[in-house]
Amino acid sequence: MAYTKPEFKAQYENFIGGEWIAPVDGKYFEASSPIDGKVMTKVAQSNKKDIALAVEAGYKGFETWGKTSVTERSRVLNAIADKLEENLEKLALAETWDNGKAIRETINADLPLTIDHFRYFASVIRAESGTVSDLDANTVSQEVHEPLGVVGQIIPWNFPILMAAWKLAPAIAAGNCVVLKPAEQTPISILIMMEVIADVLPAGVINIVNGFGPEAGKPLALHPDLKKIGFTGETTTGKLIMQYASENIIPVTLELGGKSPNVFMESIMDKDDAFFDKAIEGLVLFAFNQGEVCTCPSRALIQESIYEPFMARVLERIKAIKRGNPLDTECMMGAQASNDQYEKILHYIDIGTAEGAELLIGGNKEEVAEYPDGCFIQPTIFKGNNKMRIFQEEIFGPVLSVATFKDIDEAIEIANDTIYGLGAGVWTRDVHEMQKLTRSIEAGRVWANCYHAYPSHASFGGYKKSGIGRETHMMMLNNYRHTKNILTSYDENALGFF
Amino acid sequence: MSTKRVESTEAANSIIDQLRKEHECELMFHQSGGCCDGSAPMCFEVGDFMIGSRDVKMGEIHGCEFFMSPEQFEYMQGTHLTIDIVKGRGSSFSLEIPLGLRFIAISRLYTDEEYKNLEPIEID
Repeated sequence: MAYTKPEFKAQYENFIGGEWIAPVDGKYFEASSPIDGKVMTKVAQSNKKDIALAVEAGYKGFETWGKTSVTERSRVLNAIADKLEENLEKLALAETWDNGKAIRETINADLPLTIDHFRYFASVIRAESGTVSDLDANTVSQEVHEPLGVVGQIIPWNFPILMAAWKLAPAIAAGNCVVLKPAEQTPISILIMMEVIADVLPAGVINIVNGFGPEAGKPLALHPDLKKIGFTGETTTGKLIMQYASENIIPVTLELGGKSPNVFMESIMDKDDAFFDKAIEGLVLFAFNQGEVCTCPSRALIQESIYEPFMARVLERIKAIKRGNPLDTECMMGAQASNDQYEKILHYIDIGTAEGAELLIGGNKEEVAEYPDGCFIQPTIFKGNNKMRIFQEEIFGPVLSVATFKDIDEAIEIANDTIYGLGAGVWTRDVHEMQKLTRSIEAGRVWANCYHAYPSHASFGGYKKSGIGRETHMMMLNNYRHTKNILTSYDENALGFF
Repeated sequence: MSTKRVESTEAANSIIDQLRKEHECELMFHQSGGCCDGSAPMCFEVGDFMIGSRDVKMGEIHGCEFFMSPEQFEYMQGTHLTIDIVKGRGSSFSLEIPLGLRFIAISRLYTDEEYKNLEPIEID
């Protein structure tokens, strides 16, 4: 079945202090959908003044929220999850239209994972404790947690609602209030999410301010009252965020991308069974979310002894990918998130060709009859070597670079020959190979005989230039709070120093 | 004459002029990598972005110094960059974004002749 295009309001304001507030200077920018290339609505083009209002509203909210019991905070997070679940289809449709991704994915992945994320953090804060140590007979040390205050979050456009949830849920669970700036390419779905949860959320706990990086992102990152900044995006802005954070001496969490290797050892072809079928799909997952995933398995490393027969089966599977209208529930690949992204990917395809990589499939834009102006690109595979730019730079599209290796040592060497270290995949039937590969590859997440699973309670984050900090695990709570040590003496006697 | 590693189009130059005027400052560029808006040249006020001590200066475009990280230079040094400007929506902190425009880097491989005569680079 195919959904119809969702309806949007003519204009969206900022969500500040629990209310919809027009931008101070009254400016708006147009938001368009990558599916039909047309303007869908207008959004607040905020600046320093709006950021100041949002941080202030955050602190007003924090007066209460920072002291709210974990029982109550947990209840609110669960209430958010319930509201999202009741409105799953509506939110999925808005997300698809805003971002371009297939409705199959927003219904089955983006929204369910978002909902679960709020429930996960609602749960873990009920079940954790600080620590107490008896340092000697009369001295007790307590480690207690306290929220930071108002924190800033700047999120990307590839999973707008889910990436917001990854950052919002732990921050508010830990007792902070948030000022969040969505990406300019996808400013709308998060606002629709806020419409859905506004009545279960205390005022000021989550504030959403839309606008452009230099006008709204920069003053957010530089706001003197901000206690932490989280960012997902690219490296230059990541460096800027760290630099701005140094001005106020606040912590940062950064997730800056990857060029993730997906390693296929020859034992996967020992049998033509269900596991081999899973491995084929594991390679084809480079096309998941049109390749717009920081952990896109964009470098497939295949043992040379199985390269020909394995690739033959892979190409068959890629030909079977159903493309077309993203609103059709059968569609497996939607549009790239923006025209810029679309142009950038096509340019990388040109670079790959110029560098002498062998094009195995795809390599062109995809024509979708219903949406002639949409940003669709064919799933594309190049064979080449790891020194080529298409092996080293994050294309952020459905473009896979394939290389072969002789043995496990060469596989590890190629896998680690990258400036990034976010994700990696390892496929083998041999437990010894599995141990060696998973422990030798420098990446924050190594999928072993699977890929692209993002459950709560499995940490996610980067080695090397892929960033700082972890997400999707309760350990993230400590990225969003202070540890206070209370050192108590029960000794009645003076030290005797003076 | 030596081969320039980075050049800019007339259209890009006119936007550089416009941004200089609007922000009343000198500008510089830093090539980004990574996800989302990665792979884009980003334009900042001189002094706003802290240039890394090991960042590589690729040259100048329209009077603006152009840098990239040494790790990126490692694999991008074989391609010539032309900085152009296109309509678009970005989510970086680059100064042209509010204009509804984006600087982009168009790459092409050097010819053998050009490669032999590349402008020297200072690397620590």
